[in-house]
Amino acid sequence: MPSLKDLRNRIASVKATQKITKAMQMVAAAKLRRAQLAAEAARPFAERIDRVLANLAAGIGPGDGAPPLIAGTGKDDVHLLIVATAERGLCGGFNSSIARLARDHVQSLLGQGKQVKIITVGKKGADILRRQFEDYIIESIELRDVKTLTFDVADRLGKKLIEAYEAGEFDVATLFYSQFRSVISQVPTAQRIIPAQLPERVNDGGLEAVYEYEPNEEEILESLLPRNVSVQVFRALLENAASEQGARMSAMDNATRNAGEMIKKQTLIYNRSRQAIITKELIEIISGAEAI
Amino acid sequence: MTTFHVELVSPEKLLFAGQAESATVPSVNGEMTILVGHSPLMAVLKPGVVTIRETQQGAGAQRLFVRGGFADVNPAGLTILAEYAIPVEEIDVVLVDSQIRDAEEDFRDAKTFDEKQKVSDKLVHLRDLRAAVRR
Repeated sequence: MPSLKDLRNRIASVKATQKITKAMQMVAAAKLRRAQLAAEAARPFAERIDRVLANLAAGIGPGDGAPPLIAGTGKDDVHLLIVATAERGLCGGFNSSIARLARDHVQSLLGQGKQVKIITVGKKGADILRRQFEDYIIESIELRDVKTLTFDVADRLGKKLIEAYEAGEFDVATLFYSQFRSVISQVPTAQRIIPAQLPERVNDGGLEAVYEYEPNEEEILESLLPRNVSVQVFRALLENAASEQGARMSAMDNATRNAGEMIKKQTLIYNRSRQAIITKELIEIISGAEAI
Repeated sequence: MTTFHVELVSPEKLLFAGQAESATVPSVNGEMTILVGHSPLMAVLKPGVVTIRETQQGAGAQRLFVRGGFADVNPAGLTILAEYAIPVEEIDVVLVDSQIRDAEEDFRDAKTFDEKQKVSDKLVHLRDLRAAVRR
């Protein structure tokens, strides 16, 4: 039976924890709003580039002559996995669910006898994956110093990918991140970015537009495709940032509620034992008086 | 004169969306001005200034510096995609000048080829930016 002082201490410590989780929840809510705005601001560009690419690629077709970023290298041996997670924990199942998806993917690829390389973005994912796939991780990128996620950050990674691709270091690149649906729902997603997955061509004008190209079709496609890789990375990172804050918000909300419940339970126990002690003392006094 | 729809988007935000009478873009083969009813066109842009005029007289003209851009003209209007875009009036000349000096210094200090390449890329970008203001 814990003493009354123990109980009081316990309640005080849970209350302190609750204050922290409450504060974290509010900070996450504020950051979420900003992350969501950034993700929304990036959407028009990604949509337009998708549309332009779809139009262009439809003109060229998947046959020969298509650039390798669309057509692939013709091989399917070396897979590069880019796993984007958060820099910090305390956000529910956010990091582990992305890592789990990546892990399943790695295992199925290894089962098929493919070669696997992993690039991790964010510390948490690296920590989780390192335990199992230490040898496959070729690079770990940390975004800890990055305050606001600008396109440059994504562009650097994108350029690095293109370079490695052109050097023949991998055949297929897949990006793992968490798609932001709502505060309570983030969906871990695997998206193939090299060779590019092109959206269906949308016919928005009604009539087939005969495009003029300046300088020419191939050159445009050649400079547009690498950019598209960076754009996809950028979009994934933004989605991830919003998802992280959303996940943290709901995790901290849960934690705050649990702490509240625990405080209630502990207070009840505290009051009961306090009453029991008073009753015991009374009985002792009364029986003492009777004995005289 | 009729107007058409113009959009300028960078990965970070939508910089301009609205009706305009004409837009001048710096394509790789030289500047060109796009008016309403232009035939469908896809052009790579070189770093430079895009001018969007809401009326032909030049009223409501917007000048924006773009780098790594594309212009897509289709029946729905003109869409400019740019990797980097900033309104000319928002360029801080003093800051850019000091960045140019820093970059030039870095270039002299750079030892390996890779380093030099990186700095010179940055320098080219800054000089383009500076040139946009001078005009």
